[in-house]
Amino acid sequence: MAKKERPISPHLQIYAWGGHMALSIFHRASGIALGAGTLLLIWWLGSLAMGEESYILFQTYMSSIYGKIVLFAFTTALMLHMCNGIRHLFWDAGKGFDLDATRRSNYLIFAGTVIFTAAIWLLGLGLIGGLS
Amino acid sequence: MGKMQTPLGKVRGLGSAKNGTHHWWMQKVTAVALIPLTIWFVASLVQLTSSDYEAAFMWVAYPLNAILMILFISTGVYHLKLGIQVVVEDYIHVEMTKVTLQMIVTFGCAALGLTGVLAILKIAL
Ligand code: HEM
Repeated sequence: MAKKERPISPHLQIYAWGGHMALSIFHRASGIALGAGTLLLIWWLGSLAMGEESYILFQTYMSSIYGKIVLFAFTTALMLHMCNGIRHLFWDAGKGFDLDATRRSNYLIFAGTVIFTAAIWLLGLGLIGGLS
Repeated sequence: MGKMQTPLGKVRGLGSAKNGTHHWWMQKVTAVALIPLTIWFVASLVQLTSSDYEAAFMWVAYPLNAILMILFISTGVYHLKLGIQVVVEDYIHVEMTKVTLQMIVTFGCAALGLTGVLAILKIAL
């Protein structure tokens, strides 16, 4: 391999900032964050499998304010990554790749993330729908 | 590009990663599968927020939930493994470090998935 300094991908300094740029970075960041979220999911299932005591411990952590912040970040990352991931799939199919369509889908993705995350928490906390 | 490749290389179509489009394609297949699974998962989470041990246990033990949860976790960790590998390829250019990290990612994701599936089976069986 060449020892010379080579430009590496993705070099962020040279791009013009915009919604698409932010979303591109968010997609990677949320993907990694979801990896951490997977640990959380496995912890939940593991605690459930190990018995009531460990499950209650998990619940105690998760219902604390820090636990709630972590869960909120997890659901936000999941919704953002899903919405933007769907756009990635459309792009892969050769659709919606021009600048105007991309600008429109930027808004759709941001709006979708906010609406879905809000719906999860409003329903989850029993504020609407009274599920709990 | 064509002239840079040997005829055999062209026919094989595997490129410099020796893997062809398999990695890219599996990232897409898992992404598509994760859309309905994620919607199901999130909808379930909402219903499970305030459930006690008994209720959560019964929920996972219900066969349809157990199956969907196993699919969500196995598809998820596969997609995660493929995703992190691309990130490693983008930022790590020292061969030894890169290969070591890729091994850790592969092993770690497999271990994560197996742990999750084992927990589900223990609850459901
Ligand atoms: C909800 C459904 C999901 C969809 C539609 C989706 C879609 C995608 C797509 C299309 C890519 C490739 C992006 C590219 O070509 O550059 C990707 C990358 C990635 N995904 Fe997902 N994904 C989903 C869920 C998840 C989950 C649950 C995780 C974690 C367990 C995850 C982790 C990742 C990671 C780490 C990457 C690599 C990011 C990068 O290369 O910048 N994804 N996702």
